[in-house]
Amino acid sequence: MDSHVRIEVQDFNFYYGTNHCLKNISFDILDKQVTSIIGPSGCGKTTFLRCLNRMNDLIVGTRAEGTILIDGEDLYDKDLDVVDLRKKVGMVFQKPNPFPKSIFDNVAYGLKINGVKDKRFIERRVEESLKGAALWDEVKDRLSDNGLAISGGQQQRLCVARALAIEPEVVLMDEPASALDPIATAKLEELIVQLKDKYTIVIVTHNMQQAARISDMTAFFMQGDLIETGKTGDIFTKPKKTITEEYITGRFG
Amino acid sequence: MNKKVTQVLGFNVLRLCMVIVVCILIVIFYDIITKGWGIVSWEFLIKPPKNGMTEGGIFPAIIGTFYVTLITAIFAVPLGMGCAIYLNEYAGDSRITRLIRMSIRNLSGVPSIVFGLFGVALFVEMLGLGTSILAAGLTLGLMTLPWTVTASEEALKAVPKSFREGSLALGATKWQSIRTNVLPYAIPGMLTGTILGLARAAGETAPILFTGAAFFLPFLPKAPTDQFMALPYHLYIMSTQHHAITKVRPIAYGTALVLITLVFLMNFSAIILRYHLRKLKKE
Repeated sequence: MDSHVRIEVQDFNFYYGTNHCLKNISFDILDKQVTSIIGPSGCGKTTFLRCLNRMNDLIVGTRAEGTILIDGEDLYDKDLDVVDLRKKVGMVFQKPNPFPKSIFDNVAYGLKINGVKDKRFIERRVEESLKGAALWDEVKDRLSDNGLAISGGQQQRLCVARALAIEPEVVLMDEPASALDPIATAKLEELIVQLKDKYTIVIVTHNMQQAARISDMTAFFMQGDLIETGKTGDIFTKPKKTITEEYITGRFG
Repeated sequence: MNKKVTQVLGFNVLRLCMVIVVCILIVIFYDIITKGWGIVSWEFLIKPPKNGMTEGGIFPAIIGTFYVTLITAIFAVPLGMGCAIYLNEYAGDSRITRLIRMSIRNLSGVPSIVFGLFGVALFVEMLGLGTSILAAGLTLGLMTLPWTVTASEEALKAVPKSFREGSLALGATKWQSIRTNVLPYAIPGMLTGTILGLARAAGETAPILFTGAAFFLPFLPKAPTDQFMALPYHLYIMSTQHHAITKVRPIAYGTALVLITLVFLMNFSAIILRYHLRKLKKE
C-alpha cells in the first residue's frame, strides 16, 4: 500500500470525568483508505471517532491527553479552530439526522453557513454532492420535499451528501448502517467504497462482515484499549492476538 | 379482589375525577355566560362607564388592559427568550446554573401580590415611574418572566440534540447552529408558552393594584406614564368595592365575560400560531 499517513494518533487518552475510556491509543489512519473501528459495545469506538472532529467537546467534563495529528497539525491544539477542523473532517451519524428542511436545503446548509452566496454554485454543488452520495437519481425530481419524507436509507445517503457538500477531506461514519435494512445497507456500503477515491474514511461498525467487506484497515478496540490494528485482510484471517480472533469469530461481543 | 374488578374500579374513580373537573368548568362558564351575555353589546365594548360606573361600557378598561399587556410583552418576551437561550444553549450544567434554574422556577410560585409590592418599591418609587401603565406593565413583566423563561427553555430542550450536532459537524459555529437549526424549531413552542404567560398576566389584579390601575378615569391613557383602567381591576371594583354592588352586578359579569373571552382568544391564538409555524416548518 503506497498510501501516506493522514491522521496520526499518538498516546491518546480520553476521560469522561474520572472514567478513563481511551487508553494510550496510537495508530495511523491512511489517506484515501477506509479504516474501520470494531469492538464490543462500550469499548470507546464512538468516543474515539468523535475525538477526530472534536465532537466530544460538546460533552461537559471530558478531557483529552496526548496528540492526534491531522496533516501534522495537532487536533487538540488550543489555537486550532474547531469550526475549520469540522469543515475538513465531516461526519455521518449513527441515526440518519436530516434537518426538517427540504432535501436541497439539507445539502446546501453547510455551504450557506460557510458563507457561500452564489446560487448557481450552490445548485451545482448540491447536484454533485447528491450524485456523489448516489442519491441524485432518486430525488432529483423532488428536491423541495422535506428531508424527513424519504426512506431511512435515503436519509442516511442524504446525510452523506450533506457532509460531502462542503468538500471535507476526511469523513467519519458512526455505525451509519445500524438503522438501515439490508438493501439500504448494501447501497451505503457500495457508496463508501466509491467514496474512498476522494476521501479518507473512518467508520465505526458493529458488523464484522461489513468491516471485512468495505475497509482496507481495521482497528480493534476493547475496554478503551487498542488491541490490534492492521490491514483488514490480516486482522480477519491471521489476527496476532487470540482475543481479536475470539471477537471476530463471534465468541463474545 | 379480582384484578379485573380492581381495574374497572380504578378506571371509574379516575373517570369520576375527570367528570368533576369538567362539571366545575361548565358551571363557571355557564354562570358567567348566562349572567354576562345580556349586558355585552357593541355599546358596552366601545363606551366608557357613566353615572358613577352604574351604566355605560368598559372601553377604557379594555384599552388599558391592552396597553399594559403590550408593555409586559415588550419587556418580558425578548428578555425571557434571551435568558432561556443563554441558559439552555450556553450556560451548561453546573451547580450555579442549576441554582439559577431552581430560583427562576421558584419565582413563578411567588404570589402576585408580592410582585405588586415589589413593583411599587422598584418601578413606582425607586425608578420614579409613578403609578403608570409603564410601572404596571413592568411589574406584570417581572411576574411573567419565570413563565417565559421556563416555557422557552422547555421548547429549546425539545429540539433534538442531533440537529445541533448535525450542523456543528458541518462547520457551523455554535451561534449559527442555534440560529439556523435550533431556534426555527423552538420558536413555535417558545411563543406558545409566552402567550400563555401573557394571557395570565392580562388577567392579574394584584400586581397592577398599587402600580398604576385606576378606579375610574374619565379619559383614555395618552402616554405610558398615565394611569389606566384594566379589566381585572374593574371587575374587582364592580364586584366588591362599588357603592351599589347589586345594581352593577350585571356589569361585573359582563366584564368577567369580556376578560375570559380575551384570555381565551389569546390562548387560542397561541394554538393557531403554533399550528401554522409547525406547518411552515414542514414545507
